[in-house]
Amino acid sequence: MSMLNIFNVSGSAISAQSKRLNVVASNLANADTVAGPDGSAYKAKQVNFQTQFMGADGGPGSAGVSVSSITENQAAGRRVLDPKNPSADADGYVTYSNVNAIEEMVNMISASRSYQNNVEVMNTAKSLLLKTLQMGN
Amino acid sequence: MINNLTSILDFQAQALSLRSERQRLLASNIANADTPGYKSRDMDFAKALRDATGQQGGGTSLSMSRPSGVAAGRLDTTQSGHIRIGGATSDTSLLYSTASQPNLDNNSVDMDRERASFADNAVKYEATLGFINGGVKTMLDAIKGTS
Repeated sequence: MSMLNIFNVSGSAISAQSKRLNVVASNLANADTVAGPDGSAYKAKQVNFQTQFMGADGGPGSAGVSVSSITENQAAGRRVLDPKNPSADADGYVTYSNVNAIEEMVNMISASRSYQNNVEVMNTAKSLLLKTLQMGN
Repeated sequence: MINNLTSILDFQAQALSLRSERQRLLASNIANADTPGYKSRDMDFAKALRDATGQQGGGTSLSMSRPSGVAAGRLDTTQSGHIRIGGATSDTSLLYSTASQPNLDNNSVDMDRERASFADNAVKYEATLGFINGGVKTMLDAIKGTS
């Protein structure tokens, strides 16, 4: 029953995409975070996907996805002149996080579409397997 | 005698198992649509079925062509920096899709084509199931002698 492996493959993809959505949510939530007393603000995070062969033979037939690492964007944060802000530094600048809200929204839509695709793949595989189980009726 | 009866089902059984194999391949492609460097795979179904059944095919000659946009070929690792594709065992009967619109991250999955192939393969899987069910029903009717 090689089709049962589809659940592992699509399941791994769904889990990877939901991690990506989770990271996007963290980034968007922290879009307006200002730097703390140590001067470092929130850095936008990004997941990195990697193919993971999950068949019994290790062949290319069942290629799932795994999140290999989560990297931080090291770009400098947004600096805004606002001397009255309690978080302002000695020069009167407030450092915000380096999250780009537009990029994150695009990332979110892409992740949710990929998630839906994999759910549909699983549904199709499930209905085919159920019909296979009733073979000969 | 019973061999003669069930031999009709052998061809369809091979076809069904190949269809499920291809379904798994296409699901892998869809799952890896966002993975950098992933190369989309597909199989030449007519050729695979011919190989599996020993060219019998119940007297019919299969004239299906290779799916469009799929090229034969194998990726060799000729330099130390090359990533080996295909895991531990590289299956030479699988083909690589040629990307119609190349991506910067070297991913060659064309989601439109994969979804179309997936739906097409699902329908054909159900058709094969229908043929098997019909064959079984025919044989049972012959055994029972009911009209």
